[in-house]
Amino acid sequence: MNLKLHVWRQKNANSPGRMVTYEAKNISPDMSFLEMLDVVNEDLIHRGEEPIAFDHDCREGICGTCSLVINGIPHGGFRATTACQIHMRKFKDGDEIYIEPWRVGPFPIVRDLMVDRSAFDRIIQAGGYISENTGGAPDGNAIPIPKEKQETAMDAAACIGCGACAAACKNGSAMLFVAAKVSHLANLPQGQPERFRRVLRMVERHDLEGFGSCTNQSECEAVCPKEISVKFIAQLNRDYLRASLMSARDAE
Amino acid sequence: MSEIKLDSKVPSGPLAEKWDRHRFEMKLVNPANKRKYHVLVVGTGLAGASAAATLAELGYTVETFCYQDSPRRAHSIAAQGGINAAKNYQNDGDSIYRLFYDTIKGGDFRAREANVYRLAQISVNIIDQCVAQGVPFAREYGGQLANRSFGGAQVSRTFYCRGQTGQQLLLGAYQAMCRQIELGKIKPHTRTELLDIVIIDGQARGIVCRNLVSGEIRSYVGDAVVLATGGYSNVFFLSTNAIPCNVTATFRAYKRGALFANPCFTQIHPTCIPVSGDHQSKLTLMSESLRNDGRVWVPKKKGDTRHPNSIPEDERDYFLERKYPSFGNLAPRDISSRSAKEVCDEGRGVGPGGRGVYLDFADAIRRDGKAKIRERYENLFEMYERITGENAYEQPMRIYPAPHYTMGGLWVDYNLMSNIPGLFVLGEANFSDHGANRLGASALMQGLADGNFILPYTIGDYFASGKKLGQGNRPPLDHPEFRRVEAEVTDRIKRLIACKGKRTPTEIHREVGRMMWDYCGMSRSEAGLKHVLQKLPEYRESFWRDVHVPGTGEELNISLERAGRVLDFIEFAELMALDALTRNESCGGHFREEYQFTEEEAKADPTGKTIKGEAKRDDENYCHVAAWEYRGPGETPVLHKEPLVFTEVKPTLRSYK
Repeated sequence: MNLKLHVWRQKNANSPGRMVTYEAKNISPDMSFLEMLDVVNEDLIHRGEEPIAFDHDCREGICGTCSLVINGIPHGGFRATTACQIHMRKFKDGDEIYIEPWRVGPFPIVRDLMVDRSAFDRIIQAGGYISENTGGAPDGNAIPIPKEKQETAMDAAACIGCGACAAACKNGSAMLFVAAKVSHLANLPQGQPERFRRVLRMVERHDLEGFGSCTNQSECEAVCPKEISVKFIAQLNRDYLRASLMSARDAE
Repeated sequence: MSEIKLDSKVPSGPLAEKWDRHRFEMKLVNPANKRKYHVLVVGTGLAGASAAATLAELGYTVETFCYQDSPRRAHSIAAQGGINAAKNYQNDGDSIYRLFYDTIKGGDFRAREANVYRLAQISVNIIDQCVAQGVPFAREYGGQLANRSFGGAQVSRTFYCRGQTGQQLLLGAYQAMCRQIELGKIKPHTRTELLDIVIIDGQARGIVCRNLVSGEIRSYVGDAVVLATGGYSNVFFLSTNAIPCNVTATFRAYKRGALFANPCFTQIHPTCIPVSGDHQSKLTLMSESLRNDGRVWVPKKKGDTRHPNSIPEDERDYFLERKYPSFGNLAPRDISSRSAKEVCDEGRGVGPGGRGVYLDFADAIRRDGKAKIRERYENLFEMYERITGENAYEQPMRIYPAPHYTMGGLWVDYNLMSNIPGLFVLGEANFSDHGANRLGASALMQGLADGNFILPYTIGDYFASGKKLGQGNRPPLDHPEFRRVEAEVTDRIKRLIACKGKRTPTEIHREVGRMMWDYCGMSRSEAGLKHVLQKLPEYRESFWRDVHVPGTGEELNISLERAGRVLDFIEFAELMALDALTRNESCGGHFREEYQFTEEEAKADPTGKTIKGEAKRDDENYCHVAAWEYRGPGETPVLHKEPLVFTEVKPTLRSYK
């Protein structure tokens, strides 16, 4: 099939960007979306032009690197699917496709479709862990964890940190990302000692990075390739409220 | 480049006591002095991230480097199945000794005994550590950790987090790293690619990197360099590795004098989604855990094009169950992969191009119900449907082997140090624990063992052994050797940018990779390898004429990144083919067509364990590690052999019948 692509091109963080139109020719329905872009890029190099820079790594939907807004929706709007997992059989001959980077203030554009998501790393650095040095751990079975609790923790832990939640939010809020890590650890006995300090610190860092506030529109859940539920934002809110009402010393 | 003597530094004493004894004998660094030592950790997968976090916890000053935009995206994340540990929680007869034995046998007796035993010992600590970090391993209703059996093992010792074990373990290690970043003990560098290693007075003292965003070439100095940069499966172009995974770090170290061991030991994973066309950029692995419930078969008749569901039971060949009755569909990876290739070579393969076999869940669904199968494998079935458009609940999956892991890597001693003092190598990047074939769920185990529990001890011994290291002894960044290596790196980039040929780096990579897959992949022959060894130097030459790299070196330039990696792969491929040609035996993932059991040999074996066409090892002549020394451009590398001595186990025929 043949497609018309409108792609955001931007040389670097400091130069202005614009949409540029390309033809994608002889695209097979078995190709992945990124393989379709590979084909376009090979063609561009042959013509002596610079290829379209986009982030990708595992191409299996697990590393969270790919980050394309396709036709206005982060990851393209296919249920539980990252951009790298979309196959061209979802499109038809003659389709026009608009491809843009994540557009959120705290994710500055690096080049073309690549953005800088180090703000997410800094949110985790603020407290998205259990302070446990290597070596002192008790036997893995010493603390039984109810299966339901573990399953809930795993549901939250499945977050791949791609940033689609923030990209989809009209407020540019990354609360689903924060909630996923807070809930993952808050549902496990190991996560209890730092539970309230963690939620305060992570939310504080989230705000400091410039992400907006959550107004419960659930756009994030709709685009999340791992189907992280907004119920985790509810859990975050409960923990945050409790932590805020505690005396500073108790929360710390 | 003088005489290199390979000293494995395996401690003396009984196998089970070696590691304890060694830990006692190693020198310690005073806690107050640890911060004076500066470690450069390259790669932030399981091995690198766990090493960085643990070293920082101990008090060392650490800098980490990764080409990804975040340490959390390293390719360990893609491991699906699980991680082994000899916990014997299932009371099914597992033990440290059994995990050790399975691993050394699985590696076809080409791994170092003491290393493998230590790995099995440490495995139990890893699970405890991960649980403490909050890794949400699967649990039973009673709250205890759940286990499953996994390719090549007859006990249930694999711990897992749905189909996302690698992701959860990596996030655990990444989070431990993040904590140390916040504490100021680790300085992370992302979108930064190592392009060379700096050796001063015989010691690894630094690295030269390119900032992938700005293009800046910059040196970093330390008291030790730790490479945890993964494997080289992408030498085949198509593999299950992420596309940017590369051999550059380990190959550059090799060119600076580190020995490269067993490069021909590559693993071909049996359960991948078959290639669908020339556009294919990478292959996707389906977790091997599927083989617990799926049955592998092909039609008995050649060229049978009927829909799989309409092929009656008695016209199907469940070839793994037929050939290996006691292991059946769980036979180790090398053996399962080769069997699949065999039936496809016979013309009985299925799907486009006849390069595929069925993995059928119909029996399991009848036995356990669709709901149970969905619970176990839902994400895998979804992934399969997304890629192929086929519903595996209704019809069998199609699978075919694909390059997945490389057992070979830089040579290291028992301390995980290469022959260059101060250059440590962890995880898939080293050669040490898996011999000629890795068992499922062992890569995650090795990565964390190396990073959490081995390097943190052995690096201290290196620092404490008084070799002019630590604060005040580090060479300045304007040391002539740093300047020289920087100049070489810059020059190479300039030359690549100047290339205005007609082909893209990807096109060249695809062509060379396909050749390597055909002649140095699942099976190898003398003639094929000689052909490859004749062609590769031509590619190495023509690359500079043919390749086209648009843009400049002073900006983010994906073509330039790729071109540099492909060039290293082409040069590295020569070493790999040479190693394969030199190893005149078949063992594990290295299958030489000339060395297989004949029908007569199979008939002559009274135990019935010898099977026609199986790999024929040659313990008399090849029970060694082949470690290659670089001797300059165009020169034939020199082979050094480290004999493998087995004191506990006796190398036997590796039978899974």
